Amino acid sequence: MGRYIARRLLLTIPVLIGASFLIFAMVYALPGDPIRALAGDRPLSAAVQAQLRADYNLDDPLWLQYLKYAGGLLQGDFGTDFSGRAVLDTIEQRLPVTAKLALAAVVFEALFGLTAGILAGIRRGSFFDNLVLVSTTLIVSIPVFVLGFVAQFVFGLRLELFPTSGIGAGWYSYVLPGLVLASLSLAYVARLTRTSLAENLRQDYVRTARAKGLKPSVVIGKHTLRNSLIPVVTFIGADIGALMGGAIVTESIFNIPGLGRAVYDAVLRQEGAVVVGIVTLFVFFYIFFNLVVDILYALLDPRIRYD
Amino acid sequence: MTERPRTDRATGLASPERGPDQPQTERAEATLEAEVAGSPAIEEASLWSDAWRSLRKNPFFLAGALLLLVFLVMAAFPQLFTDVDPRACDLSRSADGPSAQAWFGYDVQGCDYYSNVVHGARVSVTIGFIAMLGTLAIGVVVGALAGYYGGWIDSILARVTDIFYGLPLILGAFILLAVLPQRGVFEVSLALIVFGWMTAMRLVRSTVVSVKEADYVQAARALGAPTRRILVRHILPNAIAPVLVYSTIYIGTLIAAEATLTFLGIGLQLPEISWGLQINSAQNRLRDAAHLIFFPSIFLSLTVLSFILIGDALRDALDPKLR
Repeated sequence: MGRYIARRLLLTIPVLIGASFLIFAMVYALPGDPIRALAGDRPLSAAVQAQLRADYNLDDPLWLQYLKYAGGLLQGDFGTDFSGRAVLDTIEQRLPVTAKLALAAVVFEALFGLTAGILAGIRRGSFFDNLVLVSTTLIVSIPVFVLGFVAQFVFGLRLELFPTSGIGAGWYSYVLPGLVLASLSLAYVARLTRTSLAENLRQDYVRTARAKGLKPSVVIGKHTLRNSLIPVVTFIGADIGALMGGAIVTESIFNIPGLGRAVYDAVLRQEGAVVVGIVTLFVFFYIFFNLVVDILYALLDPRIRYD
Repeated sequence: MTERPRTDRATGLASPERGPDQPQTERAEATLEAEVAGSPAIEEASLWSDAWRSLRKNPFFLAGALLLLVFLVMAAFPQLFTDVDPRACDLSRSADGPSAQAWFGYDVQGCDYYSNVVHGARVSVTIGFIAMLGTLAIGVVVGALAGYYGGWIDSILARVTDIFYGLPLILGAFILLAVLPQRGVFEVSLALIVFGWMTAMRLVRSTVVSVKEADYVQAARALGAPTRRILVRHILPNAIAPVLVYSTIYIGTLIAAEATLTFLGIGLQLPEISWGLQINSAQNRLRDAAHLIFFPSIFLSLTVLSFILIGDALRDALDPKLR
C-alpha cells in the first residue's frame, strides 16, 4: 500500500506540471498588451513600461517565463496580479467560499442521490423507480445554467424562499447554488446506486441471507447496501474535486465570490497569474481527491489490492 | 494510473469488454474474408437486428428519435417552421410577452422571438456534430495507439490524458476561447474537442486492450496482416457499439457546453443567432421578461434530451448483459 501511494504521488508530478504548463501557454498567448490594459487611459512612459515588463517577465520566452513561474510556485509564491495583490491572498480569501459551495453540493448529492437511488433500486419497475428514471433523465438534459435560472425564478423570485445572489445570508445562501451545482452528479449518483443495488440484490449471498429468514430491512440495510455503496461512495469522493473546478458557471449565475468567479474575471481582465494559479489548484484538488478515492477503494473492497 | 474500473459519468458505461461476437477462427485470412459474407456477418447482424427490434418497441427511443428529427429539420430548414425574418425588429415591441401574433413574444430588440429561437437550432446542432466527430477522430486514433502498442507509448498517452482530465471541459474551453482572436462555430467546436476527447480515448483504448490478445487477432497477425489492417478490420469494430452509445449522449453534452460557453459570453458572438446568446442577453430580465429565458432554454433542453433518450435506449439495446 505504501509503495502504491508513493508511486501515485510521483505520477502526480508530471500531470501537475503538464496541466499548469498547458494553462500557462494558453494564457501566454492571450491577445493584447496586458501592460497597456493595466495603464488604462493614461499612457505610461516607456521607462515605466519597460520596468513593468521586466517585473512580470513579459520579455522572456515562454519556457523561461514558465520556469520562473514554476520556481516561485514551488516556494509557495503564486505571483501577483496587476494591481500588485498576491494571488495567494485572492486564493486564501476565495477558497473557503468555493469549498463551502462544493461541500453543500456534495451533501445534497449524497443525501438526495442515495435516497432516490436506494428506494428505486429496492423496487425496480415500481412507480417510484420510474419517477427516478424520468426525473434523472430530465435533470441531466437541462444545462446547469438553465437549471440555475429556473431555481432562481421559482425558489428565489416566486416563492421567495432563498436568496438568489451573493453569500450575505451565510450557509443559507449556499442552498440554491449548492443544489444547482450538485444536480448533474445527483442524478448520476441516483442512477449508479439504483443499478448497483439492483445488481447486488440478484447475488447468491443475498438469497442466502433471505433464505436464513432475515428481515428484509437487515438483508438490504446490512448485507446488500454495504457492497452496493462502494462504487457510489468512491464516485462521490472523486466528485468533490470535479465540483470545485466546475463551479465557474454556478458562481457566475448566483454571483458568488469564489475561485470560479475569480478565474472568470481574471480571464476577461487578462490576468494570467491569477488564472494559472487557480486552475493549477483546481487540477491539484481533482488529482488529490481521485487519489484519496483510489486508496479508499482498496480499504472498502478487500478484493482490490494495489501491490 | 489505476486499475479501478472507471465508469464514465456521461454514459454510465463501464469499460467495454464485450463487443459484437467475433469469429474465433484460425483459418487463413483469405478464408476469413470469405466468411465475412457467411456466418460472422449473420452473427454481427443479429446484434444490430436484435437491438433494432428492442428499440422499435421502446417508447423512450421513439420519443427521442421524433424530437431529434424535429430539431434536425429545424436546423436544416428553419423556414418550414416560420416565415418571419428573425432580424426584422421593431424597438417599440421590446420584450413584449407572448401573444397570438408572436407565440413567444418579442426580444429586447423587438424581434419576433419564435423565429429567433427556431433559427437558433442550426448552430447548436452543427457544433454538436462537428465537436463530436473531432472528439471521435482524436479518441479513436489516440486510443487505438495507446491500447495496441501498450508500453511506454501507452504510459505517455495516459499521462497526457490525465493532464486534460484535470481540466473541466467548460473551464478549459473558456480559457482557450478567451485566447482565440475570433469565436465562431469552428473555434467553439475546436475548444470543445481539445478539452473533451479523453473519455472517447479511454473507451477505445479499453476495447482494444480487451481484444488485442484474442485468438482471431493472433491469427491475423500470424498470417502477416499489417498492423493497420488488424486494427481497422479486426479490433476497432469491437468498439463500434460502445462508441456509438457514448457519442450519441455526448452530442447532448456538447450542445449544452456550447450554450454554456456562449452564455458566459466567451462562445458565439452577435450577430449569430443562438440559444446561448438569447439566454445571455435576457439574463437580467428574469424578473420582468422571464419568457426571454424560458423559450430558448426549453428548446435547448429538449435538444439535449433527445440525444440522451436515444443514447440511453441504444445502450440498453446493445448491452447483452442487460438482456
